[in-house]
Amino acid sequence: MYHSLREAIADAEGRGISLATAALDIESRDQGRPVAEIREALRRALHVMRGAVEQGLTGDRRSNSGLVGGDAAKLRTGPAGPLAGTVFREVLMRAIAVQEVNAAMGIIVAAPTAGGAGVLPGVLLGLAAKHDLSEDAMVDALATAGLIGAVVAQRASLSGAEGGCQAETGAAAGMAAGAATQLLGGTPAQVGHAVALAQQGTLGLVCDPLGGLVELPCVFRNATGAAIALAAVEMAMAGITFAIPADEVIDTMGEIGREMDVRYRETAGGGLAATPTGRRLAKERLTQIKRA
Amino acid sequence: MVSLLDIIGPVMVGPSSSHTAGACRLGLIARDLVAGTPERALIELHGSFARTGEGHGTDKAIVGGLLGFRPDDERLRDALQIMEREGLDFRFEKTTLGDEPAVHPNTVRITVHRAHRHHVMLGASLGAGRIRVSEIDGYPVEVDGSHHTIVMVAEDIKGSIARIAGLLSEADLNIATLRLSRKHRGGDAFMVIEVDERPTDAVGAALKALPWVRWTHRIEKVGG
Ligand code: SF4
Repeated sequence: MYHSLREAIADAEGRGISLATAALDIESRDQGRPVAEIREALRRALHVMRGAVEQGLTGDRRSNSGLVGGDAAKLRTGPAGPLAGTVFREVLMRAIAVQEVNAAMGIIVAAPTAGGAGVLPGVLLGLAAKHDLSEDAMVDALATAGLIGAVVAQRASLSGAEGGCQAETGAAAGMAAGAATQLLGGTPAQVGHAVALAQQGTLGLVCDPLGGLVELPCVFRNATGAAIALAAVEMAMAGITFAIPADEVIDTMGEIGREMDVRYRETAGGGLAATPTGRRLAKERLTQIKRA
Repeated sequence: MVSLLDIIGPVMVGPSSSHTAGACRLGLIARDLVAGTPERALIELHGSFARTGEGHGTDKAIVGGLLGFRPDDERLRDALQIMEREGLDFRFEKTTLGDEPAVHPNTVRITVHRAHRHHVMLGASLGAGRIRVSEIDGYPVEVDGSHHTIVMVAEDIKGSIARIAGLLSEADLNIATLRLSRKHRGGDAFMVIEVDERPTDAVGAALKALPWVRWTHRIEKVGG
């Protein structure tokens, strides 16, 4: 797989193809599998994502600890805010829905990880709720998201335990921003700017889940990650460019991750997990799980 | 090599690729050691597995793996009830198996019994669903479950590798990787052989029958 987005973008532009096609070609060569088979696997992933969104929006899934659940449904049927009726609200409710299903031991696609699994389906399926997008275009978007994630995996990290939440929901925001930009007709270069714009907005984000459980703040980190992705798409589509190339923003994320204190890397030793309320809730909920 | 489908995937039961999907794979490998659902099992959780395992469903995931459920099987959620209904004697203990970094924070030791067989393995969930089994029956191995794998301990004699390679090729098995290590010349050699297809029982029996093979196991691919 490409080691940099610069390389991938140059290749796609030079050959007059999309980043998705470029990524699928390389994946096919790397893995010795036909492109059609890889597309089929991505199509299955898309179906699982749709299923998770649907389940989550019903609002009757609760997590093991009871800390999260039911909030996606509030965005679906609850009172209007400034974003009522917009794509934005569609995206938020879906990102939360998937992550609520994840916390309740439902079926999701880890993309890139289980903890950050709400961002990509949130953004892509939220857009699909308002735009007419073909299944093939959605599969292409997933291929491009996979390419972006693969570059992050090689240059930095996709694990909260290694690099904080910037490596999970942050990376997911970069993937979703790039994928959505392509889905709406953006050029490969615009995809690159969308990735940089999203990822710069999540630099430094720590991983601080209460009690070490992928629940709180994770569910809402997915919502705000999706919001950042959507903002990046809007900016990139308007022609805004980000001066630091995406690869260098990703490298920066990796560098910050390596410097991050272990308390901020999934250990529940710092951040929101270590607040008085965070500690109290974690203690209560963990004893509750034990009793159940 | 990073694959697109590792990034957009796997499809799995939540909430954590390390604490749920990886844990399930470790259970599947332990099951494989006794070639079916164990009647009795001792599951010793270490580190983060012991601390946050229950909240992450690690207990359900390991039990689910022992029952033969894969990481994307929704029955994982009800694995503990299914275990009770089937009258299986699986016990959990929290333990400390050593210090970091020698022992990974997500480590479990699983002892399984089925009929006359019993085995013990040590394994860790490394993140993103990837696993590493580091010990089986006290022998050091390194198995990541991404391929069908044959592990064996053999006397360090000349021509042993050629004989094994020949046997596998006769069985039409393609070797993906082969790792060999030994403590000293003439001492026991540990072999980990990853193959592309599942080795049949006949292959397993043929390997066991080699007079200089002390111990061998076939482990099924559980992911990747
Ligand atoms: S806070 Fe940590 S566990 Fe939660 S989504 Fe972010 S990286 Fe994952």
